[in-house]
Amino acid sequence: MSILVDKDTKVICQGFTGSQGTFHSEQAIEYGTRMVGGVTPGKGGQIHLCIPVFNTVLEAFEETGADASVIYVPAAFCKDSILEAANSGIKLIVCITEGIPTLDMLVAKESCDQLGVRLIGPNCPGIITPGECKIGIMPGHIHVPGKVGIVSRSGTLTYEAVKQTTDHGFGQSSCVGIGGDPIPGSNFIDVLSLFEADPQTEAIVMIGEIGGTAEEEAAAYIKANVSKPIVAYIAGVTAPAGKRMGHAGAIISGGKGTADEKFAALQDAGVKTVRSLAEIGNGLSEITGW
Amino acid sequence: MNLHEYQAKQLFGEYGLPVSEGIAVDTASGAAVATETIGGRKWVVKAQVHAGGRGKAGGVKLVDSAEEAEAFAEQWLGKNMVTYQTDAGGQPVSKILVETCTDIAQELYLGAVVDRSSRRVVFMASVEGGVEIEKVAAETPEKILRATIDPLTGAQPYQGRDLAFRLGLKGQQIKQFTKLFLGLSKLFHDMDLALLEINPLVITDEGNLHCLDGKINIDGNSMYRQPKLREMHDPSQDDEREAQAAEWELNYVALDGNIGCMVNGAGLAMGTMDIVQLHGGSPANFLDVGGGATKERVTEAFKIILSDENVAAVLVNIFGGIVRCDLIAEGVIGAVNEVGVEVPVVVRLEGNNAELGREVLKTSGLNIIAATSLSDAAEKVVAAAGGAQ
Repeated sequence: MSILVDKDTKVICQGFTGSQGTFHSEQAIEYGTRMVGGVTPGKGGQIHLCIPVFNTVLEAFEETGADASVIYVPAAFCKDSILEAANSGIKLIVCITEGIPTLDMLVAKESCDQLGVRLIGPNCPGIITPGECKIGIMPGHIHVPGKVGIVSRSGTLTYEAVKQTTDHGFGQSSCVGIGGDPIPGSNFIDVLSLFEADPQTEAIVMIGEIGGTAEEEAAAYIKANVSKPIVAYIAGVTAPAGKRMGHAGAIISGGKGTADEKFAALQDAGVKTVRSLAEIGNGLSEITGW
Repeated sequence: MNLHEYQAKQLFGEYGLPVSEGIAVDTASGAAVATETIGGRKWVVKAQVHAGGRGKAGGVKLVDSAEEAEAFAEQWLGKNMVTYQTDAGGQPVSKILVETCTDIAQELYLGAVVDRSSRRVVFMASVEGGVEIEKVAAETPEKILRATIDPLTGAQPYQGRDLAFRLGLKGQQIKQFTKLFLGLSKLFHDMDLALLEINPLVITDEGNLHCLDGKINIDGNSMYRQPKLREMHDPSQDDEREAQAAEWELNYVALDGNIGCMVNGAGLAMGTMDIVQLHGGSPANFLDVGGGATKERVTEAFKIILSDENVAAVLVNIFGGIVRCDLIAEGVIGAVNEVGVEVPVVVRLEGNNAELGREVLKTSGLNIIAATSLSDAAEKVVAAAGGAQ
């Protein structure tokens, strides 16, 4: 078991024949991901990386029965790409692209919710179930199959956590990068609930950042719903408050969002927090007895 | 990206919203001329910077002669204004807004932001307008009225009416507020805003609503499709080094410490700063070199980090996911040679070909200290910078 994706997950790629789409699809195929096709409007009927190219996501879905689509198209076109995938019948969309306008994401996220489609990202490394399926830009070789579920807002911080769980011999059940944007398709709570239900996942690593209140909301959820041991790290204790304009940001966040508040909320929920990024593996050992 | 008040009001005007007649000037004599052009006997002169708290800092004044307006402009133009929302250096004043004087019967608050939790644009309004609004929000949150905008259908008139009645507005004010609410929502969405604030929104002695201030922040990801707003950008309000970094797509924020940091990924960059501090050091900056840590970008990053005279040592922390660490090591060596780095450089490479990368650094003959882990890197760079503080 794992979450979201496994060896049977059939994946298509939007923006398939572009440089990013080509490079990362090649890597995914090499890793063993079941890539079954790609979409580039106007290039339908061609063969790229030994798999078919389609003009539309609907066509690709109908021909291949794909379960998931990964999006590498430029930011300006992502809203359209997400909406196209969401309306095609595909149930899992992973958007890697960074720099998507926030108002575009409000529409894309709302539409995915109404259609019952799960969106991961944008601005994220993607999802991997080690040894089975890699959807995204993470380096496959640092992962090994195992028992820790990792969920993170940051790409390179996810890799740090993966490396430590690999070095300690724990391995990973699945790793999900939810992305650092203000409006992510899935949040900590969405992924924590999946890890809680997954028998392969025995412990969870959660990596947050300053800004927003996603970690505080996750802490409240954990307190009520998650029984598995969790280690959490929040980046940005030393980040300066910065210049600001006006009051609206402070009013809406209610004074939350600093690293210290996030650490406190998570500790209150029984989560093991580590102040040093290098201590994630040791933290896991401590709370699991591994 | 932020706009100045005069620019925000210009946009409000274009959307048919009630603003004072005003002229932004960049010379003291221009301020005097502006009072004559506008006419009347009283004016408000307001120094333009990207920060709130200007009133308390002496940046807003009621004047009743052209000479007084000129003296105010003379006093502020070319100076930096420090408010509780700026850093200690303040923001430079290069424009003064001269506008008609408005009689104020009551001050309201009206703002809108993208709310991450509800994933909606949320409008907030309060009868307690003015500078203490955050205190109001913290102590009496029930006094902050809200309207959330459905991203698929947009703002509706009933939401404006609802806010207006709950604010206790009467008669013509209901219509005026609803028009204002719908206009601001249209502006927010047309212009890809991240924050919009009118504080205060006033009721005049005649009982009309009037936008007395305007703050606008635009979503940086949307600038590619907002050519008109790009032209409104005032680079004088940006940190010089941050702007230089942005030209190379490097994300840089200057801090007060003495350990320069160069990292790939924003999260890891923050994590690196945190671990430096945990080991008793003090980071001089945040710098994310991004995914493609090429020799050119690493070189530029070194230049920017070393332009800060406080930097006593540099920590390079790269997790090579897809990129090969031996190539990054060569980039670092090339950059150190080209820039002529004189402070110790500690490098931690992890990921693809990390061992080969460390070997390349070791045999370079340069003053580069290879670290074996994150903690090791933090310890070494703190020691190299003169020990824990």
